[in-house]
Amino acid sequence: MHQAARSFRVATWLGWQIESNWADPFLFLIYSIVKPVTSVMILVVMYWVIAQTDTSSDYFAYMYVGNTAYIYVGSILVGVSWAIIDDREHYQTLKYIYISPIRIYFYLLGRGMARFLTGTLSVVVTMAFGLVVLNLSIQLAEVNWLYFVASMAIGLASMAVMGLLLGAATLQMARHYWSVGESVAGALYLLCGAIFPVDSLPDWLQPVSMVLPLTYWLESLRRSLLGSEASMEISPSLARFSDGQLLLILLGSTLIMAVGSVYFFRWSEHQAREKGLIDMTTHY
Amino acid sequence: MMARGAELFLRTMIARAYPRVIGASRERSWLFFETVMPLLSTAAYVFFYRAINAPEDYIGLVVVGGAMTAYWLNVLWSMSSQLYWDKDAGNLALYIAAPGSLMAILLGMAAGGLIMTTTRAAIIILGGWLLFGVEFSLDSWALLIVAFAITMAALYGMGMLFASLFLLFGREAWHMSNLLQEPIYLFSGFYFPVSALPLWIVAAASLIPLTLGLDAMRQLLFPGNPTFGFLSVRIEIAALLALAVLFIAFSRFALAHMERLAMREGRLTERRR
Repeated sequence: MHQAARSFRVATWLGWQIESNWADPFLFLIYSIVKPVTSVMILVVMYWVIAQTDTSSDYFAYMYVGNTAYIYVGSILVGVSWAIIDDREHYQTLKYIYISPIRIYFYLLGRGMARFLTGTLSVVVTMAFGLVVLNLSIQLAEVNWLYFVASMAIGLASMAVMGLLLGAATLQMARHYWSVGESVAGALYLLCGAIFPVDSLPDWLQPVSMVLPLTYWLESLRRSLLGSEASMEISPSLARFSDGQLLLILLGSTLIMAVGSVYFFRWSEHQAREKGLIDMTTHY
Repeated sequence: MMARGAELFLRTMIARAYPRVIGASRERSWLFFETVMPLLSTAAYVFFYRAINAPEDYIGLVVVGGAMTAYWLNVLWSMSSQLYWDKDAGNLALYIAAPGSLMAILLGMAAGGLIMTTTRAAIIILGGWLLFGVEFSLDSWALLIVAFAITMAALYGMGMLFASLFLLFGREAWHMSNLLQEPIYLFSGFYFPVSALPLWIVAAASLIPLTLGLDAMRQLLFPGNPTFGFLSVRIEIAALLALAVLFIAFSRFALAHMERLAMREGRLTERRR
């Protein structure tokens, strides 16, 4: 346990250094602001072009909260899977990690944690932008903070586990210019209804959405920030779940994935060792 | 006999494209991650437009924009920042030491990545047509091909220009590519008509070939929607042609200059990790 905690702590520190020390703090701050704000502005302009209304409607806030929270999904999924490629092919240190007293599973969690920290900066800036500039219909005094914290905690754990699943898969893949994490995060962007209610999906796709923990995470976050009634009105198919049920489903699915990720990681790691992929470099 | 001139250029290009083509056939996971996943990601914007009751033309607009992301990502990650990656791996010094030009190496990277890039773009277009019933106008295929080809020439010219800057960069190169991704999606109007942005922003964004290229292609594919056009197609094609000439000429000069500078400052083999 001590070794796992140490691996996690050191990887978090290392990940933070990799993410942030390439520039001076001011430039890093600009970098952290520009990317998420322009990303969310794409949706804002799309909304303006069609709806031509102000941005204080509940629907706009529903979309905005989902898109902003989704920054974490991109950060953590990409962070963990990219850490494998980065350490294996760029820094070429993965093989050294394997021959040192480091628990790789917790090491990758630590790298995901570093991405969580940089992601938090982006999320805070984007939410502040929404509240101050776009006049989002969120009353901070009316936010259910306890529910918000519980939802965030379980949701982030869920993303970390998904990141590990992807990291395990990445162990057996070459480096092309894309990142597996980015591709999967892009697909989940659709399936969990990050920017629209899942009711807008075709009937055959809605069951897929309903088995994804992220769907419940985003819904619970929206309920905590916008209020349960407003969120349930926008997304009737999730309205059949109470606030507590949403969290329970999220927790249950996270635990199942966590157990699955341990076994999948072991299997994938074994495959990678057997095929000699731990120190593979693919300069395609 | 030693190859020279155009033959050397072509052989260098083929040599650099070769590992990419072989890599794509050896490691086929990209077929899933580079086709199905981006299609789903583009579909998110389609459903967003549907959720806010946008006219059907906007679905086509998103599909075309989603397809063109493939080329922007290819330029950004497979060309510009690839030099940084190659520098860290020790390949850049070998490129410089070899008799071929750096421009041919960069074009080889682009050509080698075209299989993946074009497959990704084609699947998104095909998916848009089959899944969302997007109807493209077939009236101006010739002009569409001209617009696409000139956009690509200008875009890859710009990619080579970026690459010359990346010769001097260390880890900043990676983050710079990362930083450029979403802002260009926004300012070039990948998912909405670029004319929705203020004029001065569009004017500045027109320096990025995809802004005018996308707008021209959308006007040709969806002629029924007058809101898509920023300028007339012919003016946009003329502007793209000027950009292509400018970027390619300038990148040739910049690559030679930055190469000399990088040699003088000893940056070709540095590994600032």
